[in-house]
Amino acid sequence: MTELWPTIWLTLRLAGVTTLALIVIGTPIAWWLARSRMAYKELVAALVALPLVLPPTVLGFYLLIALGPSGPGGWIAGLWGGRTLAFSFTGLVIGSVLSSLPFMVQPLRIAFEAIGEETLEVARTLGAKPHQILLRIGLPLALPGFAAGSVLTFAHTVGEFGVVLMLGGNITGETRVLSVAIYDYVERLQWTEAHLIALGMVVFSFLVVSLTMLANRRVVRAW
Amino acid sequence: MRPLIALALLASTALPAGAATITAAFAANFTAPAEALAEAFAAETGHEIRLSFGATGGLYTQIAQGAPFDLFLAADDVRPALAIAEGLGVEGSVFTYAIGRLALYAPEAEAADETLLSSSFTRLAVADPQAAPYGRAAVETLAALGLGEALADRLVTGQTIAQALQFVKTGNAELGFVALSQVIAEPSATYWLVPDTLHSPIRQDAVLLSDSAEPEAASQFLAFLRSDAGRAIIEAFGYGVD
Repeated sequence: MTELWPTIWLTLRLAGVTTLALIVIGTPIAWWLARSRMAYKELVAALVALPLVLPPTVLGFYLLIALGPSGPGGWIAGLWGGRTLAFSFTGLVIGSVLSSLPFMVQPLRIAFEAIGEETLEVARTLGAKPHQILLRIGLPLALPGFAAGSVLTFAHTVGEFGVVLMLGGNITGETRVLSVAIYDYVERLQWTEAHLIALGMVVFSFLVVSLTMLANRRVVRAW
Repeated sequence: MRPLIALALLASTALPAGAATITAAFAANFTAPAEALAEAFAAETGHEIRLSFGATGGLYTQIAQGAPFDLFLAADDVRPALAIAEGLGVEGSVFTYAIGRLALYAPEAEAADETLLSSSFTRLAVADPQAAPYGRAAVETLAALGLGEALADRLVTGQTIAQALQFVKTGNAELGFVALSQVIAEPSATYWLVPDTLHSPIRQDAVLLSDSAEPEAASQFLAFLRSDAGRAIIEAFGYGVD
């Protein structure tokens, strides 16, 4: 059990960093998708939603090349003397941000759209500048969306398997996360450990999903 | 009616009497020779072999859960012995069909062994030493060379020997311990054949499974692996034979 702690801690750290990164990256994308009148915005929306339907192996394969020495990842790693971003925590964060993108952007977009044009119109006529509208009206009113997006992103990253498997290199404390650890234990016939983590994952996921549903009900009632 | 009869006659002559289809679960490192063996065997006997490839540990788990395989051709001698002990395999059917050779693959380096010994690299790919025999052999080799501790934090672990090769091929690791069979078609300057005195032998054992629906045809294939024709194919792909 003690050998599992670095793995559990790493998994939580990866999910936490990915969620924070996606709040920063996802908010402007979702705001633009909700507010823009451009016809081609749905193409961007489709691009954002792609990780929902693509096999993780597609993302993993592209990332393994893109993060490697002949891709942009290798160039970035070169800035601090490395030669690849694969097999690193940074690499996993990049992979997780991409694969969890729709789980953040989708709830945020819905929340932003729910605010309604009139509310923003009123703010505008009262002299609010665009960034004030976003910060003082958009973000506070979209809080339930942020909550839902964060919980989903966090949970999805904890459950991410394919991408991590393909570009992690399975290094304890750096890239070995819980979902990969289960796979290893089953492969090595260490079913006790596999059972332990698997049950833990079921309980965790159930808690997350039921919390989200309860929160949704409260939000709906509060309205 | 007559064309139908002709068709039936044709069909019956195309396949030798009693041609069977058997399913064999092969260790992933043996993909290329397995395909060649299946083809040669089909030409000789008319029996068709469906090939299923995977990591030995994963295949064993599937077999333990009732996967419909006739044969299990592992990358080690542990899982087939375990299969017998658990009643999943037919007693007396186990034998070593191939002896794996470990190679250190470094396509970009001048000499793979010197790169390893001088530690002039950042990442060394190996297969999971606890699940894959080639991974275990790699770790044993590092220990025999006195490099085990010095290089421990440069190791990246693939689930299988195939993933270890993939890490090197994509350039993410400069060198990796792989199976000789995987790189035998490459220029010999790109790899170093690890002396087999540096690690315990990688015995790849085969076993006939108890639940086989076609035990006769499956046994024939096992006999074919031991025949001169079969052994010649196995050796051509970079494996030793008993």
